[in-house]
Amino acid sequence: MPSLGADMEWGTLLEWRVRPGERLERGAIIALVDTEKAEIEVEVFESGVVEALLVEPGTKVPVGTPLARIRSDAEAVAPPVPTPPRVAPLPPAPPPRPPTPARVAAPPPAAAPRPAALPAAAPPPRAAPAPRIHASPLARRRAAELGLGLEGIEGTGPGGGITREDVERAAARGAPAPAAAPPAAEAPAAGIPDRRAAMRRAIAAAMARAKREIPHYYLATTIDLRPAVAWLEAENARRPVPERLLLAALLLRATALAVHEVPEVNGTFEGGAFRPAEEVHLGVAIALRGGGLVAPAIRSAQAKPVDVLMRELREVVTRARAGVLRSSDVAPATLTVTSLGEQGVEAVFGVIHPPQVALVGFGKVVERPWAVEGLVEARPVVTATLSADHRVSDGHRGAVFLSAIERRLRVPEAL
Amino acid sequence: MSAEERLRTTYREAMREAIRDALRRDPRVFVMGEDVGRYGGCYAVTRGLLEEFGPERIRDTPLSESAFVGAGIGAALGGMRPIVEIMTVNFSLLALDQIVNNAATLLHMSGGQLNVPLVIRMTTGAGRQLAAQHSHSLEGWYAHVPGLRIVAPATLEDARGMLWTALEDPDPVLVFEHGTLYGMEGELAADAGPVDIDRAAIRRPGRDLSLVTYGGTLGKSLDAAALLASEGIEAEVLDLRTLRPLDSATLLESVTRTHRAVVVDEGWRSGSLSAEISARIMEGAFYELDAPVARVCSAEVPMPYARHLEEAALPQVARIAEAARAVVGVRG
Repeated sequence: MPSLGADMEWGTLLEWRVRPGERLERGAIIALVDTEKAEIEVEVFESGVVEALLVEPGTKVPVGTPLARIRSDAEAVAPPVPTPPRVAPLPPAPPPRPPTPARVAAPPPAAAPRPAALPAAAPPPRAAPAPRIHASPLARRRAAELGLGLEGIEGTGPGGGITREDVERAAARGAPAPAAAPPAAEAPAAGIPDRRAAMRRAIAAAMARAKREIPHYYLATTIDLRPAVAWLEAENARRPVPERLLLAALLLRATALAVHEVPEVNGTFEGGAFRPAEEVHLGVAIALRGGGLVAPAIRSAQAKPVDVLMRELREVVTRARAGVLRSSDVAPATLTVTSLGEQGVEAVFGVIHPPQVALVGFGKVVERPWAVEGLVEARPVVTATLSADHRVSDGHRGAVFLSAIERRLRVPEAL
Repeated sequence: MSAEERLRTTYREAMREAIRDALRRDPRVFVMGEDVGRYGGCYAVTRGLLEEFGPERIRDTPLSESAFVGAGIGAALGGMRPIVEIMTVNFSLLALDQIVNNAATLLHMSGGQLNVPLVIRMTTGAGRQLAAQHSHSLEGWYAHVPGLRIVAPATLEDARGMLWTALEDPDPVLVFEHGTLYGMEGELAADAGPVDIDRAAIRRPGRDLSLVTYGGTLGKSLDAAALLASEGIEAEVLDLRTLRPLDSATLLESVTRTHRAVVVDEGWRSGSLSAEISARIMEGAFYELDAPVARVCSAEVPMPYARHLEEAALPQVARIAEAARAVVGVRG
């Protein structure tokens, strides 16, 4: 079960898109997984042959649980050793999708047909006792010291037991305190309202953590967009409709390039230290119709020209709104851009998505009087904002970053 | 002081030097056993000593372990400091009554009046194609018995140094010399002398797990540690040295540092010294453990004669490394 978001602990396998024995190329979609936020298509990262599917559709398992065994092309052909799924599924797995009949414990074969008078006495669904969590004494002691529950921590020790290192890794990721409601206790059925409530909770957790842990500082500047808008109009005039560009692509491009000058805004802050990212995986906050928010990432945005950014933006927005993101979409971003221009507000001072260290906001593009060389004229302008983590950068560097975005938008042909 | 000067020697020569040193230091010391005199010892440890010290102090005995161990006990009671050599641990079973019922108990039975300052040396272990009746590792049995001190020199320093300290002990000490060690070559300080027989020793420090061993499997454990280091696993190697009384403090300190332990013991697993060590770790360091204690022991079969079968039955470097990887959580 891949981690499809920093805050994801569990996922429900909805369906397999492959069968054992099938050949896969890198990037193929192999399964559909339901996180608390969305249904996500899981891609495979190596080419190879599916040897075994280890998890039944409808099963909710912790992140890190092997879902399937794929023999990559690089591996030598080995006799298949059947590995039973190591993690017991949670007792009341939400019944997968409507067409699947509910599983009922079969009556003992010897039982005579029940008298009609007792139709209601159906056997209660077998509630398996919660499996004991295998953790080393040291791991339990460490978890107690950290105030951490062992539920959902993947064990890498002998026999799959949880070791001290597993506990500490989970602590660094921000695993739930023991008081947190067990995930199994949630929604009886994976209906839309439950998904929405779960998403609300996930956003609440991330944003509360951000405001609790990250000392934000905020900057804003208004950028004259005349050169960008003029270039865009000329460019779009000569492009066929499907290839036309939106201003958003230019804003993303300028942001991704500006990171080069101020790398302190791009990366993650974990375990008390900032780790700058080598590439810019640009999260794009997308509001969903009917509420909620996702921020899929455009990978390696610094290396992608405007055309590619535009195409990927369009695709990812489509997938997000359809509620079916891919696992590569939800790989962790290193910097996020949010834009509330559509909603008509002129500026957004956002909350950083942990463990990221900055968030760039763009408001609505509006025409405003703009003084140029002593004359006032109407120009399209946008307010760009930066929310940044004061543990990592200071206002001065943040200002340099916003100016770098502005400078690049002044020469759109160079983007 | 010529502390820096080191000599090339073998375990056998170091042991012989220890005996020679003891014979020179104390006129009460004498050696007796089967073939220790004219033949020079079954493992040639006492070669040349008869010529040097004469038949009064290097005494060949009849082939009766019970008789000559009993005579050794009597000599010790009478004020001498005998070094009794039993050819191998396998034959010591014939002297079990003398060792367990007499040597080990007389201090207690006499109300503290009679110490038995006896040292018994014997060869132990397999690995030389001597088959089931000559390959036992029964030191764990003796380590069960109160009243005995059991030591297992596994290095040149200990071969050279443990004997004199054992002779100074007022109570019986059994010295177990693994048969594969006699030819072990290495360097020894020219002025090497007595060493303690109380403490375990860390032969190689490491942070990821403790390989707890002694005697004939120390070398294999060190080899396994070197192999593991090349894979990024740092194994600490603990040489118990003294099997009774066990140095629990050093053992528990090591496991408290590394949080994982693999016990390597050539004895059989059931009811063994390795079981005792595992239990001590559990009793004394349970909350430090990050994995169950693992053991690498001999297969529970009479030791086979055929070389490949014997090798398969004994703890080997690959099996030690495999057990270590498993407790560290490396999935192979």
